[in-house]
Amino acid sequence: VTAQVDEALLRSLTPSVLAVLVSRGADFAAAEDAVQEALAEAVRVWPADPPRDPKGWLITVAWRRFLDAARADAARRRREGHADEEPAPSPASAVDDTLQLYLLCAHPSLTPSSAVALTLRTVGGLTTRQIAQAYLVPEATMAQRISRAKRTVSGVRFDQPGDVATVLRVLYLVFNEGYSGDVDLAAEAIRLARQLATAVDHPEVAGLLALMLLHHARRYARTAPDGSLVPLAEQDRGRWDTVSIAAGVEILQAALARDRLGEYQAQAAIAALHADAPTAEETDWAQILEWYDELVCLTDSPVVRLNRAVAVGEAVGPRAGLEAIMALDDSLSRHAAVAAYLHERAGDLPTAARLYARAAQRAPNLAERDHLTRQAARLNARRSR
Amino acid sequence: MAKYLLLKHYRGAPAAVNDLPMDQWKPEEITAHVQYMNDFAARLEGTGEFVDSQALAPEGTFVRYDGEGRQPVTDGPFAETKDLIAGWMVIDVDSYERAIELAGELSAAPGAGGEAIHEWLEVRPFLAAPPTIAE
Repeated sequence: VTAQVDEALLRSLTPSVLAVLVSRGADFAAAEDAVQEALAEAVRVWPADPPRDPKGWLITVAWRRFLDAARADAARRRREGHADEEPAPSPASAVDDTLQLYLLCAHPSLTPSSAVALTLRTVGGLTTRQIAQAYLVPEATMAQRISRAKRTVSGVRFDQPGDVATVLRVLYLVFNEGYSGDVDLAAEAIRLARQLATAVDHPEVAGLLALMLLHHARRYARTAPDGSLVPLAEQDRGRWDTVSIAAGVEILQAALARDRLGEYQAQAAIAALHADAPTAEETDWAQILEWYDELVCLTDSPVVRLNRAVAVGEAVGPRAGLEAIMALDDSLSRHAAVAAYLHERAGDLPTAARLYARAAQRAPNLAERDHLTRQAARLNARRSR
Repeated sequence: MAKYLLLKHYRGAPAAVNDLPMDQWKPEEITAHVQYMNDFAARLEGTGEFVDSQALAPEGTFVRYDGEGRQPVTDGPFAETKDLIAGWMVIDVDSYERAIELAGELSAAPGAGGEAIHEWLEVRPFLAAPPTIAE
């Protein structure tokens, strides 16, 4: 029997090992190379000779590799006549090294797609091939995206305080990505959010983690066996993952108790209220509407206002919902879909059918387009009967 | 092996025999149609002939260069454009005849009333790399 190296363990240690190297003053790209070499070494050596302290082992080996490379580089530079510049040792960071790594990978100088790729590669420890497959781009393209991102953040000082909000946006993007290769991006985002939550005590980190868990709980109920979308109201609630819901609710309650509300906590609160309803009819729309009001205050986002209109439609009535969307720009994504739904609830089937068909034309993905076309067809079929 | 692009048009192709907009179908007819398309792609994956497929949103914009230092000129989206691509499937098959056969099967996807749509699909050969042995 060949002993296997615990890949999950290696992946979970990678960010903190990398963070230690960078906090000791290693350049980010060089540190990453050194960690990769240490990981390869671990895969070779550990099966026969498992270390007592895996993390310490990795740090020692990676740091040695980094120093070797730095010396070779310095010697080359001397041969080429460059002055040898000693990297200034960076001051000991007050914040957790792992958190610093998250902040670096989500640095504002990176585009969202670069930040996502770098986070999955560096903090998540996924291979370039896995990330490329998940985002449906050629591996060479993803490799370029990641190496450009590394170069971009190489000059960033590791001890600069960053904003956790940028990290949360990146994790939210990863979670929300609809594509799937052999990597479950939603599960990966949850893993990274959990890891972040252990590194930093921040109610919005908890809020995002809760939000993800509550949505992830519905994953099996969200699509029919043929791949078509099942709207929330029609989902088989028996297929919701109660363990995930309980975990999400507990994390959310602890976060809310700290009284530092943010948009992720508010979104999670809405998801929790849906999760709490035994049937769609028993949904507490009045409370959901209150949370949407909070969300509007926090974000002032047109998308939130549109979703709020749905809650108004349920809590107050479809006419009130339609009034609420009157003020919104109808070029907004999903505006027609929401209007169609509210018109149907108000009993105006011809208008609803027409709007569903228009919404289908503007649908951002195939599953939604098919769903909206089916809604239009359903109403048209009922009228012609 | 040779690659072919099977092009589906929103507009620009001759009218299909069973030509009714999808929102006028019955919901179960839409389900049957989607199922047929999925099964077709899965079958070609099984035979080793599937390469890629992609659906496109109906609205596009024309763009052209407008000179140094200027923003590109955009035009559209056009409602009246003659030709509008809805999506494509790329297949890798042994012969032109096989490409035609498969396009014919794809065109038989069920539509309104459960009847085949008989829509016109465009089959376009890829221009491949030159062969190593040319003489």
